Amino acid sequence: MQLEPLTILIAEDSAADRMLLSSIVRRQGHEVLTAANGAEAVEAFRQQRPQLVLMDAMMPVMDGFEAARQIKALAGETLVPIIFLTSLTESEALARCLEAGGDDFLAKPYNQVILAAKIKAMDRLRRLQATVLKQRDQIARHHDYLLNEQRVAKAVFDKVAHSGCLNAPNIRYLQSPYALFNGDLLLAAFTPAGDMHVLLGDFTGHGLPAAVGAMPLAEVFYGMTAKGYGLSETLREMNAKLKRILPVDMFCCATLLCLSFQRRSVEVWNGGMPDGYLHNIASGERTPLTARHLPLGVLNPQTFDDRTEVFPMAVGDRVFLLSDGVIDTCDAKEQLFGVERLQQVFAANRQPDQLFEEIEQALQDFRGEARDDVSMVEVSLLEAAQLIPPPLVYSDSGQSCPLDWSVNFEFRAATLKRFNPLPYLLQLLLEVHGLRAQSGALYSVLAELYSNALEHGVLGLDSSLKRDASGFTRYYQQRNARLDELQDGYVRVHLQVAPKDGGGCLTIRVEDSGKGFDVERVMARPVDGIRLSGRGVSLIRQLSRNASWSDEGRSARVEFFWEALA
Amino acid sequence: MSVVTEVSSDGKKLTISIEGRFDFGRHHEFRESYERLDYKPESIVVDLKKATYLDSSALGMLLLLRDHAGGDSSDIRVVNSSSDVKKILAISNFDKLFDIS
Repeated sequence: MQLEPLTILIAEDSAADRMLLSSIVRRQGHEVLTAANGAEAVEAFRQQRPQLVLMDAMMPVMDGFEAARQIKALAGETLVPIIFLTSLTESEALARCLEAGGDDFLAKPYNQVILAAKIKAMDRLRRLQATVLKQRDQIARHHDYLLNEQRVAKAVFDKVAHSGCLNAPNIRYLQSPYALFNGDLLLAAFTPAGDMHVLLGDFTGHGLPAAVGAMPLAEVFYGMTAKGYGLSETLREMNAKLKRILPVDMFCCATLLCLSFQRRSVEVWNGGMPDGYLHNIASGERTPLTARHLPLGVLNPQTFDDRTEVFPMAVGDRVFLLSDGVIDTCDAKEQLFGVERLQQVFAANRQPDQLFEEIEQALQDFRGEARDDVSMVEVSLLEAAQLIPPPLVYSDSGQSCPLDWSVNFEFRAATLKRFNPLPYLLQLLLEVHGLRAQSGALYSVLAELYSNALEHGVLGLDSSLKRDASGFTRYYQQRNARLDELQDGYVRVHLQVAPKDGGGCLTIRVEDSGKGFDVERVMARPVDGIRLSGRGVSLIRQLSRNASWSDEGRSARVEFFWEALA
Repeated sequence: MSVVTEVSSDGKKLTISIEGRFDFGRHHEFRESYERLDYKPESIVVDLKKATYLDSSALGMLLLLRDHAGGDSSDIRVVNSSSDVKKILAISNFDKLFDIS
């Protein structure tokens, strides 16, 4: 290979040797600079930056060793090979040449062939170093670029993700700042009825590819939760959307919760996440919330399974969710931290509020360093009154508000099986501006009336089953089974809006095809919130006006009023 | 080679064996192992006897293989999984898509 000519500095105090060497080097095709002592050599280097130096060791003013040190310092990261020219033969002196920063030496008298070969070899080294430096700088630039991209993406995403209620007083969470780029996603939002939906998700992979799916998932989660859709509908939509947009090998493991403060229960769907835990504070027991499903984005909409489980909760009970970063943490010997060690931390935990810190500590002790893909969230059940969901924001002016109308729906068996009409009914009612201030109560009452009509009326389920925790589970199993088998029956919803004294009045009547119930006996019960069963009726009586039942309990009627708007 | 493939003598069965960590680092080799065949084998066996670890990108690769082999009509068995690997497959409920033993 013909190397491109170099500029070579020759530092040699003997004029004859300098001339001789210069002519040899020039003949080999290189440019030559000369210096008669070390100080001149340093100055020549400073001004003209030669690429290679041939340096006599013994020179007046400044010797070659000192000149070599100074030139190396000036060259910085760039490799400027220095070949010492020496008549020294003691190994100690030769070693000094290299210690001073020399890269090689050439014994006098000069052998042209060896000199040419050494210059070539040093040039190869010089180029290698230049390439390495260039690539290092490129990598550093790319890295900066990537970090900046992540920063921007995170800022945009934080706006979307934190539009929810992660700062609610009953939520504690721990996520590394860039967890998103490890595919971890945590979302929380209130439903119109004041229930809380929480999602902890984990996308396959790392970096931006893991983060891209988060945006559409968050949009579906917030959009549908705000409109009053339940977990099943939200899950179906999220799964279908991810299946449509993600490549085959990408999916999202997720646990979705619906915490109902009024019904004191939690509904759970877990697809591919590690067990979560429902911590019963009174008994100390932790019920695992096990993955029963494939992750989101794997199955097509026809085969997707949206079945959820429902567990009762008492005030103060907690649901704990975690990402696989916790249990898949490996130690130096590739042993997994595992569920057993996690449960040991649980068992040793005395202060529930210290749990995260104790888990982190255990992970650090196990691994020796912290991982950056650990996500944990804990949601506790508070008294319904302790949480005030933020008011909904509306963007329309109110000019086209409908004030005098009525409408009847009849939902029959095939519809009851798979359709939740509540979001549609609520959206219709919230067109009436006067009702918006009480949308939470309105939705809660509507939801209770509808589920009473469906579960106790059409499906004939006995609410006294829900008296204890195991009955609670049985109740929801029966509900699903009977719904699957449902052949006939109906729920009718009658809505009437009428203007009244500048404000207005909404009458809701819900009828069902069931057997009815002993209205007098149920009404005689005190309105309390302790029992697991029968809470629906007292809730309806507390949140609406003039609640009454007729037709042996098959028809329920409530009213909502509003004053003239300012 | 940490991904080894073997085709049965009648050409109907493809066996893909993974050695060591089954993670994103195996992505290319794993895809190559079935994409380079110019026909579709009737059944595929993924042998994890020597696999020490499996992460979510490995699950993604299994989904790619399943898709390649015909999705719902594919015949893929995942065999010789260690207990750790089995746990990971169980959490993901992948036994609903693959015959795992």
